[in-house]
Amino acid sequence: MRDTLHRFFRAARGAGVRISPAESIDAMRAVAEVGPSDRGILRDALLLTLAKSGDDKAALGACFDTFFTHPDFEQSPAANDDVEDADGGASESIETAEGAASGQAAAELGALAQMLLAQDRAAIAAALSNASNAAGLTDIRVFTQRGLFASRVLEQLGIAQLRDDIDALNARNSADAERLTAALGSLRETVSEMVAQALLLYGSEEKEALRNEILRNAPMARLEQRQIEQMRALIRNIARRLRERFSKPRKRQRRGHLDVRRTIRRNAAWGGVPFMTAWKRRHRDKPKIVAICDVSGSVAQVSDFFLLLIHSLHEVVSDVRSFAFSGNLIEVSEVLEKNKPEEAMKKIMSSVGYGSSDYGRSLVDFEKGFMSAITPQTTVIVLGDARSNNLDPRADILRRIGERSKRLVWLNPEGRMAWGFGDSEMPRYATFCNVVRQCATAQQLERAVADIVATYQ
Amino acid sequence: MAESTSSSASIEAVERSLAAAGYIASRQIATAVYLAEKIEKPILVEGPAGVGKTELAKAIAASRGLEMIRMQCYEGLDEAKALYEWKYAKQLLYTQILKDKLGEVLGDADTLAKALDQLHTFGDVFFSKEFVEPRPLLRALEQPMGCVLLIDEIDKSDAEFESLLLEILSDFQVTIPELGTVVAIVPPTVILTSNGERDLGDALKRRCLHLHIGFPEPKLEERIVETRVPGIPATLRKQLVGFVNQVRTLDLKKLPSVSETIDWAKVLVLLGASELGHEMVKDTLNVLLKYEGDIEATLPQVSGFVAKSGRQGVFG
Repeated sequence: MRDTLHRFFRAARGAGVRISPAESIDAMRAVAEVGPSDRGILRDALLLTLAKSGDDKAALGACFDTFFTHPDFEQSPAANDDVEDADGGASESIETAEGAASGQAAAELGALAQMLLAQDRAAIAAALSNASNAAGLTDIRVFTQRGLFASRVLEQLGIAQLRDDIDALNARNSADAERLTAALGSLRETVSEMVAQALLLYGSEEKEALRNEILRNAPMARLEQRQIEQMRALIRNIARRLRERFSKPRKRQRRGHLDVRRTIRRNAAWGGVPFMTAWKRRHRDKPKIVAICDVSGSVAQVSDFFLLLIHSLHEVVSDVRSFAFSGNLIEVSEVLEKNKPEEAMKKIMSSVGYGSSDYGRSLVDFEKGFMSAITPQTTVIVLGDARSNNLDPRADILRRIGERSKRLVWLNPEGRMAWGFGDSEMPRYATFCNVVRQCATAQQLERAVADIVATYQ
Repeated sequence: MAESTSSSASIEAVERSLAAAGYIASRQIATAVYLAEKIEKPILVEGPAGVGKTELAKAIAASRGLEMIRMQCYEGLDEAKALYEWKYAKQLLYTQILKDKLGEVLGDADTLAKALDQLHTFGDVFFSKEFVEPRPLLRALEQPMGCVLLIDEIDKSDAEFESLLLEILSDFQVTIPELGTVVAIVPPTVILTSNGERDLGDALKRRCLHLHIGFPEPKLEERIVETRVPGIPATLRKQLVGFVNQVRTLDLKKLPSVSETIDWAKVLVLLGASELGHEMVKDTLNVLLKYEGDIEATLPQVSGFVAKSGRQGVFG
C-alpha cells in the first residue's frame, strides 16, 4: 500500500500538485485511518490532505481517477482484492481470448503460458504489476521510451519462454497454440496500454519542468503559436511568485523612534503615565506604474507578455496605467482590465498594432494627453526596441518624463549588441533613463519587474 | 479489511452525530471531521459565504458536548487580542499595594547593589500566571476537557497573524516569553474558515486538512431545509430548492447560499405558503438576493423558474 501511495504522490506531482513531505505523511496517516477498501472515502481523504486549493483538488481528482483505473475492477472484485492488497493500484487485468473453457496446461509449459491458458486474471494482473515494477515503469519520462519500456515489461513477464512454448505446441496441440497466440496479442496490447498510462502519470513531472526551463530562456518575440499558450501560463506563474514575494506587509516598525502623540493618547487611561509605548512606523507606498509599450510588429509579442505580467500583479502594484503605441499612442488600461488577456490584446492590436513605429510622434501623444499620469511616486517603464524608422526620436520628451517620475526604466527586447545600429535610437534615449536593460526572455522579464517592485519595498 | 469497514462505519457515525446536532453533512465533510479527530489536524474550511462553515464548528462542538471558543479575525488583530495580555492595571495596583512590603524586604540592604540582589531572589512576581489575561487561543489550550476552537474568517487577518498561528496549529502550544511554553491539556479541535479573500500562506495550508464546501446538491439541500425549518410542506421544499438552484445558474454578484435558502424558507412558512407562487416569489426575493442589481437580473426569469421548479415539485 505504501509503495502505491508513493507512486501516487509522484504522479500527483506530475499533475502539477505541490506535495511536500509533511503532506505526504499526513496523507499516509489519513489513509491508514480510513483504509483502502472504500474508493470514495480514499479519494476524499487524499484530496483533504494533499490538495490545498480548488485547482489542486481538480487536478488531483483527475490524477486519482487515472491512477486507480481498473478495467476489471467491477467485474471480478473478489479476484482483484488480493491484487489490491499486494499492489493496490496501477495493475491492469488482461482481456484474454473468449471461449475455450478447459485449460489442461501441460506441465512443461512456462508459468506465463499456464496462466494465459487457465485465464487466471488475478494471477496475470499480479504478474503484470510485478513485471512493471521490475522494469521500473515509473521512470518513464518521454513518449519515445514507450517501446523500450513495453519490451522490458514483456521480457520480465517471460515472453521468451512463452514464444518457445507456442513453437513447441504448434507441432502437438495447434488449438492451444492458437489460443496462446491470441492471448499473446492481447497481452501485448495490455502492456502497451499500461505503459501509455504510466507515461501519462509519471511522464509529465519532469517534462513540465524541462519545458518551463526552456521556455524561460526562449526569446519571447519568436515563439511558435503553440508555445504562446504555455508562455502565458508561465507568465501567470511568475506573477504569482512575484505577488507572494512582494505582497508581504509593507509596514515595518522603526524601533527607536517614539511616536509621542500616539503614546500619550494610548496611555490616557493611566493618567498619562506611559506604560505602553507606540513606535513610529514607516509606511511604504505600493508601486505606481506607467507602462508605455511598443506594439509594432517586432515587439508586439513581448509587450503582450509584459502587459499580462504587470496586470496580474494587483496585490503588489496599486496603480497601473498602460499605454500602447506604434504609429500613435493610446491608453489601454481599461481594455486590459475589462477583457481576458487574449481578447484585450486583439483589441489593442486592431486599434494601434502592427504599424511601423514612430517613437517621436507617440511620445508627443503621451506628453499632450497623459503627462499628468506621472507623479513623483511613479515608475515609468518603456518597452520597445527604440527603432524609430529614422524619424525624429524626440528624446527631449523622454527627458521630461524622466524628470517628473521616480524612475524611468527602459526594457529593450533586442540584444545590447544591436543597440545603436541601424535606426536604433537606444543610446540617445538611454541617457535619460535610470535603468536600461535587455528583456528578451521570460527570465529577464521577471528580474526586471522584480527589481522595479523591489525599489518600493 | 475489518478495520477499514469500521472506518466507513465511523464516518457514518460522525455524519449521524452531526445530523443530531442539526447539521446535515455530505460524506466529504464527515470524512474531514473524522480524519481531523483521528490524526489531530486542524481543518481549513473554504467556500462561499453562507454554506455553513461556521455552523460546522458549532455542530462539532454540540455533537461532542464541548465548549466552542470562537475567534473572529479582522484586520489588525494581534497577539494581545488573540493570545494573551498582561494585566497592566493589576500589576500596577499590586506594586502600589506592595510598596511598603518592599521597603521592609529591602530594609536591611544598605547599598543599591545589595538591594538589587535581594530583589532578584523574589523572582518574577509580577510576570506570573496570575497576571496573564488569556485570550481565545490560550483559553482554548487551557480547557481541561478540550474544546472546539473556531478561527473564523482567517483571510481577513494580516499575514503576520498567520505566522502566530503556526505554533498552535502544528504543536498545540504557545510560547509566552516570560512564562515558557504552554502546552494544550487536551488538543482542541481547530476549525479555520476562509472566504478566499486573499491567498493564505503555504505554511498555514500545509498544517491543515483542506476542506472545500460548495453549494450542496439539491437532495442534500432539501434535507438541510427540512431539519432547519421543520414545519415546511414537502412540495414547497422541493420547489424552493429547485428555484434556488436555478437562480445559482445566473451570473449574479452574490449567489444565494444555504443560509439564504433557509431564511427564505422560514419567510415563506411564516407567510403560510404551501407552494411557490409568482407573486410571492417576487415579493420575497429580497430575502434571497442581497443586491439590487441581482434582484433586477433575476426578476424577469422568475416566472420561468417557478414553472420549472413547479414541475419538479410534482414529478421530481
